[in-house]
Amino acid sequence: MNVNENIYGLMAEFPGGKEILAAAKSAHEHGYRKMEAFTPFPIEGLSENLGQKKSFVSSIVLICGIGGGLGGYFMEWYANVISYPQNIGGRPLNVWPMFIPITFELTILSGALAAIIGMLALNKLPEPHHPVFNVPEFERASTDKFFLCIEADDQKFDLNATRKFLETLKPEKILEVEK
Amino acid sequence: MAETVSTEVANEPAKAISPLGYPSQLLAPGENFESVTETIGSIVLRPRQPKSWIFGAAIAFALLMIFFFAVSYLLYRGVGIWGINIPVAWGFAIVNFVWWIGIGHAGTFISAILLLLHQKWRTSINRLTEAMTLFAVACAGMFPLLHLGRPFVFYWLLPYPDTMGLWPQFRSPLVWDVFAVGTYFTVSLIFWYAGLIPDLATLRDRAKTRAKKITFGILALGWRGSAKHWQNHQSAYLLLAGLATPLVLSVHSVVSFDFSVALVPGWHSTIFPPYFVAGAIYSGFAMVLNIIIPIRKLYGLENLITQRHLNNMAVVMLATGMMVAYGYVMEAFMAWYSGDIFEQFMMANRAFGPYGWIFWALMLLNVLIPQLLWSRKIRTNPVALFFVALSINIGMWVERFVIVITSLNRDFTPSAWHMFYPTIWDWATLFGSVGLFATLIFLFIRFLPMIAISESRKIVHERKEGKL
Repeated sequence: MNVNENIYGLMAEFPGGKEILAAAKSAHEHGYRKMEAFTPFPIEGLSENLGQKKSFVSSIVLICGIGGGLGGYFMEWYANVISYPQNIGGRPLNVWPMFIPITFELTILSGALAAIIGMLALNKLPEPHHPVFNVPEFERASTDKFFLCIEADDQKFDLNATRKFLETLKPEKILEVEK
Repeated sequence: MAETVSTEVANEPAKAISPLGYPSQLLAPGENFESVTETIGSIVLRPRQPKSWIFGAAIAFALLMIFFFAVSYLLYRGVGIWGINIPVAWGFAIVNFVWWIGIGHAGTFISAILLLLHQKWRTSINRLTEAMTLFAVACAGMFPLLHLGRPFVFYWLLPYPDTMGLWPQFRSPLVWDVFAVGTYFTVSLIFWYAGLIPDLATLRDRAKTRAKKITFGILALGWRGSAKHWQNHQSAYLLLAGLATPLVLSVHSVVSFDFSVALVPGWHSTIFPPYFVAGAIYSGFAMVLNIIIPIRKLYGLENLITQRHLNNMAVVMLATGMMVAYGYVMEAFMAWYSGDIFEQFMMANRAFGPYGWIFWALMLLNVLIPQLLWSRKIRTNPVALFFVALSINIGMWVERFVIVITSLNRDFTPSAWHMFYPTIWDWATLFGSVGLFATLIFLFIRFLPMIAISESRKIVHERKEGKL
């Protein structure tokens, strides 16, 4: 194994969405697992081509949304029935139709907070620094260039062999990412 | 590659007008990843703004000062400086509140509902309209608080275990309002920021000075645009859209409950929730057009915000405007059909009483003038469209005036009748709040990308792939 201690991985630069999709697929077929693709906008199917698992933001949102709704109703019931009951013209205390609007609002609020916090947590953000930022060319990753980075931690990673493999994908450039 | 380019060029003239005769271009020909990024990003990154920005921002800031002055005097003297009385206890404050919150509806409608409906034309306008929503809701939220009389104890509206052993009355629509508006603001903010993160990363990477790099770097939270990032981001964004969709329909419904749950003739009506929501989207789109038409001209964004966008927004206004007109007709019909003398009197008073001329001004501004939108020439003419939208914006404010004031001023017993005349402080607060709104808009277009850059790049990509 030819692994340099100071190398985070090898990065290949591509000009378009089609090329990065094909490259990701090819790298996965060649047995690379610890890799990541970087694109200036979301590309459908890229995660699947890299062999990444599905996002579970939706489960977090569902659980928190239901929790928020139940919690909201409980709050209203506790406040207006147990803690501070008020008899207004003999109307029932646990008057569920009147409790629906706030239950609904708190369901949405909890779900939305869960969506943003869950998304950031799953993406491990905020993370001010990352080795990929050491590559000057990476600035274009947020404009018009598409990168595939194979990490040195990968079982199959070998500086020369991986470089040769990346060359077969016909990238515009191959860049070393320092730690 | 060469093939796609040639078919694209060959298709371009045919695509410019759809078979139905509408302008159908989402993006001017020749735009690429770099050019869209540069067009939008450079507005924020360049050190100087056009003179028109400075001029506009100065006017907005002057109005904001009026707002601060009016509010300071209000806090000093109390709500007596306004024209409110008994029975018209809800004066301009509530009119302005409902007007602003209605304007705040277009943003989420465009961002969330049009996203779920796969309307790609939302891309160029969603960011600006989301910002507009936030600022409009911020303006709206101010009015009920100022109207409280004792704004410093506003937190009594929130449920918290206080030392007085009290809880809010959750059976009251006014408490629902607190939750509806608070949730709407928070969710709109989250949605807006979620969409901004990738664009902040773009600005971080393109910024030339260290200070800008650091500022945008902090705001972008270290976004790298990796496949994993995008996957979670897209999932969260879609879920936020799904959550915001029922929310946007619920907010103005809850606002309308403030009226319809009360027993006042002219308010107590089951048509209020849908009629308020339609009116909200109507005025929201009008405000979007009033903002976007000058901006696209001044910043040369005609390639990104095309005639198709203007046309589509005009069509949405026409549709929601017709719903609002239906609401007016139904209100009058139900007043007559109910057989209730108070309802019938309210309607007669509204149209022919002391405020009758305002009612007919409403019909002109909100029902008659918008009929011009049936013409494609008007819909694709920015100047004409600007004035139609302005008429709708004023019309929607007048509508809320009619609903609030004419329903209240002639109470059940004639001995309680009282006219409402706004004072200079009422006007100062209204125009001042416009200044607050405009100042925030000017700051936003100066410091943040007003069009979603990453989504625009996606549109470029899809056009290249022939998916558009």
